[in-house]
Amino acid sequence: MGRRVAVVGVGMTENKSHWDCSMPALYRLAVTRALADCGLTHKDIQAVSFGQSPEYFEGINHPEKWLAEACGGYLKPVFRIHTGGTVGGSAAIGGYYLVASGMFDVVLAVSGNKLNETASAQIGLGTVYDPIIGRQFNTGAPSAVALQSLRYMSKYGYNEDYGIRAAVQNRQNAMNNPYAQLKIPGYNFEMAKSTPMLCYPLRLADMCPTSDAACAMIFVAEDRVRKITDRPAWVRGTAATAAGVYYADRDWAVPIELRKAAEIAYKQAGIKDPLKELDVVELYNAFSWQELVWYEGIGLCDWGEGGKLFDKGITAMTGSLPSNPSGGTLCANSIGAAAMFRKAEAALQVMGKAGARQVQGAKLSLGHGWGGAIQFHTIMVFGSEK
Amino acid sequence: MGVNKMTEIIKSVKRTNYVPYRWVYGRDLSRFFLETKNNQKLYGVRCTKCQKVLVPPAEVCGVCFAPTYKEWIPVSDHGVLNTYTVVNLSFPGQPTNPPYAYGLVHLDGTDNLFSHMIGEVEFDKIKPNMRVQAVWNPDPKGDLFDIKYFKPEE
Repeated sequence: MGRRVAVVGVGMTENKSHWDCSMPALYRLAVTRALADCGLTHKDIQAVSFGQSPEYFEGINHPEKWLAEACGGYLKPVFRIHTGGTVGGSAAIGGYYLVASGMFDVVLAVSGNKLNETASAQIGLGTVYDPIIGRQFNTGAPSAVALQSLRYMSKYGYNEDYGIRAAVQNRQNAMNNPYAQLKIPGYNFEMAKSTPMLCYPLRLADMCPTSDAACAMIFVAEDRVRKITDRPAWVRGTAATAAGVYYADRDWAVPIELRKAAEIAYKQAGIKDPLKELDVVELYNAFSWQELVWYEGIGLCDWGEGGKLFDKGITAMTGSLPSNPSGGTLCANSIGAAAMFRKAEAALQVMGKAGARQVQGAKLSLGHGWGGAIQFHTIMVFGSEK
Repeated sequence: MGVNKMTEIIKSVKRTNYVPYRWVYGRDLSRFFLETKNNQKLYGVRCTKCQKVLVPPAEVCGVCFAPTYKEWIPVSDHGVLNTYTVVNLSFPGQPTNPPYAYGLVHLDGTDNLFSHMIGEVEFDKIKPNMRVQAVWNPDPKGDLFDIKYFKPEE
């Protein structure tokens, strides 16, 4: 695993339409907030792990050349990482790797997007499909996840209401998150179920909003941590997995890629029973059904049991393992920052700095990232103790 | 006179990127689409290691990282609809106007899923795991729409 590493600072921008804020200003805002969070300055940063999603979203190719300085990267190593929806997770993991390897002691990871600068994010998302086989009839991300969601429903016999209920739980959680975009007072099941069917079985309520946002995290080597903060989030486990789209025996309801990532991260963290040992999880639930599918992916329950786990209330804020106290990706999705928000939220929880969305006494947390069609996953496990 | 008072802002500038491309089929997709165009037949390839049959053909089995080139296997144009969606959502640049249905078809004799349109059926009559068959295009061009869509099996 390399050297021990902790997150000492986290910086988030609000998820919304940032019409008064350019892309460089948005990145700088996240970075300055992360620096302020731990009392460092840009001079302390030795390298930058930079993330942003497909160039199609803002139509600006090679964004790191434009944004390196806005991240405090002047005359420093700036490495761009790009893995679609997982990019924020990959950029965080890249920052962690740079410190764990011993090459750098203080590394900034930052990732974001401004999805409101395109006529439709789905135009860009449509281009991620195979140009010869598959792009002909997709509808960006919703149609792919509709296939995944219906496969999950039909395979295990869940009705449409499970997705709606998962969406409502996240939207209610988001009321406690000052950085979330979708905050609808009094949001309830009836309101969600009355929204239009956009990509069967997905209604508008089953889908994430379109956000502009950036998120930043500062990773520091063990011997520097205590001088900076007495509330670090120690990186206890890290994993990233990939797979293809058309491989043999692939079942869209069974994300074996995520299970693999979870097994790797749990082994590093010494976790044997994640449902009992984890105190809070942040899952990349861009669509409602993914909340349940990812429960299974990270091994909280067996395949097909995600809905039943949800029924028990374990993952509600009042349960023993709250999922997405922030409201998750369902309530804020810039894509570029979304997977880093999951990691940063998980880190804030074990730092005890999650404000109104804090899970009291959280000592062990998990942040997830999803990308590609369903095949890219990242996981970081954080602990309040080494 | 000094700096403008910030009582108004110039909000944004609108531009468009337009970039034409030409995507290469490669050996296997070329042969696959020659067969759909000239003979209305579907072919897959078999992994030289795990023996799984892949349609559309891929030059490498992603799971085994093994070549597939030794066998070129005729497969059925009938199969099982694994999952589907009815798209009501429109967005600029969408190649087909909604509403339309498409899904993942597990063709008989193959081990992976083939995505295509679903037609000749009312949307609420489409069910997961129903049997479907290809409807061939009378005017084939050597691309995915050499099959017009899949319809419920007769």
